Amino acid sequence: MEMNIVRYILIFPLLGFLINGLIGNKLGNKAVSLIANIVVLISLSIAVYLFFQLLSMPADSRLITDTVYTWINAGDLTIDFKLMVDPLTSVMLLVVTGVGFLIHIYSIGYMHGDKGYARFFAYLNLFMFSMLLLVLSSNIALMFVGWEGVGLCSYLLIGFWYEKDSAANAGKKAFITNRVGDYGFLLGLFLLGSAFASKGILTLDFNNMAAHISLISPNILTIVGILLFVGATGKSAQLPLYVWLPDAMEGPTPVSALIHAATMVTAGVYMIARMNFLYVLAPTALEVVAVVGGLTALYAATIGLVQNDIKRVLAYSTISQLGYMFVGVGVGAFSAGIFHLMTHAFFKALLFLSAGSVIHALSGEQDMRKMGGLKDKIPVTHAVFLTAALAISGIPGLSGFFSKDSILASAYASGHKVIWLLGFITALLTAFYIFRLIYMTFYGDSRVDKHAAEHIHESPKVMTIPLIILAILSVIGGYVGVPQLLGNIVGWHNSDMFVHFLAPVFHTMPEHEMPVSTETWLMIGSITMAVLGIFFAWYVYLKSKMQPAKDAARALPGVYQLLLNKYYVDELYNTVIIKPLMWLSEFFLWRFFDVWVIDGTVNGSAYITQWASTKLRKLQAGDMQVYITLFLLGVISVLAYFVLR
Amino acid sequence: MSYQFLVILSFLLFVTGMIGVAMRRNIIIVLVSLELMLNAVNILFVSASKYLHTLDGQIFVIMIITIAAAETAIALALVAKIFKTIGLVKIDDLKKLKW
Repeated sequence: MEMNIVRYILIFPLLGFLINGLIGNKLGNKAVSLIANIVVLISLSIAVYLFFQLLSMPADSRLITDTVYTWINAGDLTIDFKLMVDPLTSVMLLVVTGVGFLIHIYSIGYMHGDKGYARFFAYLNLFMFSMLLLVLSSNIALMFVGWEGVGLCSYLLIGFWYEKDSAANAGKKAFITNRVGDYGFLLGLFLLGSAFASKGILTLDFNNMAAHISLISPNILTIVGILLFVGATGKSAQLPLYVWLPDAMEGPTPVSALIHAATMVTAGVYMIARMNFLYVLAPTALEVVAVVGGLTALYAATIGLVQNDIKRVLAYSTISQLGYMFVGVGVGAFSAGIFHLMTHAFFKALLFLSAGSVIHALSGEQDMRKMGGLKDKIPVTHAVFLTAALAISGIPGLSGFFSKDSILASAYASGHKVIWLLGFITALLTAFYIFRLIYMTFYGDSRVDKHAAEHIHESPKVMTIPLIILAILSVIGGYVGVPQLLGNIVGWHNSDMFVHFLAPVFHTMPEHEMPVSTETWLMIGSITMAVLGIFFAWYVYLKSKMQPAKDAARALPGVYQLLLNKYYVDELYNTVIIKPLMWLSEFFLWRFFDVWVIDGTVNGSAYITQWASTKLRKLQAGDMQVYITLFLLGVISVLAYFVLR
Repeated sequence: MSYQFLVILSFLLFVTGMIGVAMRRNIIIVLVSLELMLNAVNILFVSASKYLHTLDGQIFVIMIITIAAAETAIALALVAKIFKTIGLVKIDDLKKLKW
């Protein structure tokens, strides 16, 4: 069905960006935040409207398109600026605009008094535009525009406080690391396009490609799949390109919540789910996705165990949870991956925003060693933080439990036992590090600086209300995808609504049946892990006042240092890649090529001109008779030429 | 009188004037040589006019004589001014305007 309303989802945030970006400084802060919030609210309303439109259509033909104009017309290749809303897009739209809107509201309070207020909201609106373009586009070329757009906004917002060196550097790091991934993505895009072109089909449209994908040889599909996944590892911070995400915490906290937890970093998962028609025919590529996802989940969780910066713990947690999503899509359970994407967007945005509220309360302190005992001083923040922590740990009844469990169950059922084990251990670590954070921040004795302690205050309503809404979503968000196993207990047929809603989008993988008893045991196992993790965290950080942690650090200094220094990966990249590149740039590109070749050419031509003019100017001595003689000689020789020819 | 003779006369006069302009050092002589060149052209025009039985050439000549008179007047005025300023009328000494 063709509906022109779809384009307005994009137009309004873009409008907000233009207004706030061009004249925001003259408008005053009230008007700026009003405009920025209203445009996102409009997008959210349209997204909700489209969602109900989709629901009212028959299940197997749920598709709304909007062709805005022909974007590229080169020979036989035509690429339209065409938007498309199907169940997958619709879920993403609701997550992006819904969570995005709440974070916009929160930002009004958080950024209050910042001198870049208008600039901040302009960037946020631009980000919303790019992200919505990414999820709405109906062809992979247009998707790439959004893909790059969110990368740009991420760079701009990480380096938002650009006076700080660390923030400016973190922005650059994020951008450059993403470029590495984007290079892979582009190569994959070109290879896919040319593979189709060689079969006489000139298209980059998702639905067209899906219809003709069987013409392409599986080997090419595998390579394309892996190349596209390289792009996803950059954008979604997976091994080995995850290094930018922890540093990205230099940006304002709402940015960390919106871009680096809830939406942009999940673009890679969305992309793989969107390209599912390709991945189901390229099992090797899918295997790579699952393995990288599983390893990243465990790897990042181990680093998260020992970090002391509250936002960095959450950053590593995000990387780890993204690993889960890739495990989900990697084992072919696309809807499980997207389901976790959605619930994660709720509880991780909540974690970041409430961490922001903690930081706000402590006048900018981020080190958990200087927190503690905040439970009664900021009760609302404590309550919502606890909710989110229970959700991410996978405590039954909250959203994280349902999504994480469905990923682990799919991994086990499809025979990826090792990857399942990775995820299973990660579940324990997740519960441990998140409750370590809770106990260090909210419980125990206060270790807050005297100066900061005087100013502790609960955040204003404009910040706490979005937190409460997100907390509610973190609790109930999982009930759209209750596993049938649990649904049967209460006699709820089709309890797994989420899977049924998305099913038409995903090309089916071979079904893996699993005995009910196995599924039950897996579920009990995950719950046990979560409870154990919380218990350990309680024992170590609250009951024994961190003594066991200190003992462990002393007993295994090697392991502790390795984790604290994040496996020395930054140092490794620095030595292996950055240093040689810097050397090459300095000694070859600059001191040799730039100074000798480029400057040499420029200065050389100037020198030759100067030399020639000093010689030639002697002809113009001002002696008129010399000029006349030369002129006459010239005339005579021209005449002679024509006469004697 | 044959027309060839007139053409040759005109040519010789023109070359004489040309050499005079290029070689002589006294500005007055240079101006005289310039007049010589103009008059060489005048002779050519008149003879061509007679040869072709049209009046066009002679009209041109009258024009040229008129303009030459004006031009000479200005040139002599300049020469007089130059002489008053630097006390010389040698063309070699007039290099001060070279840039």
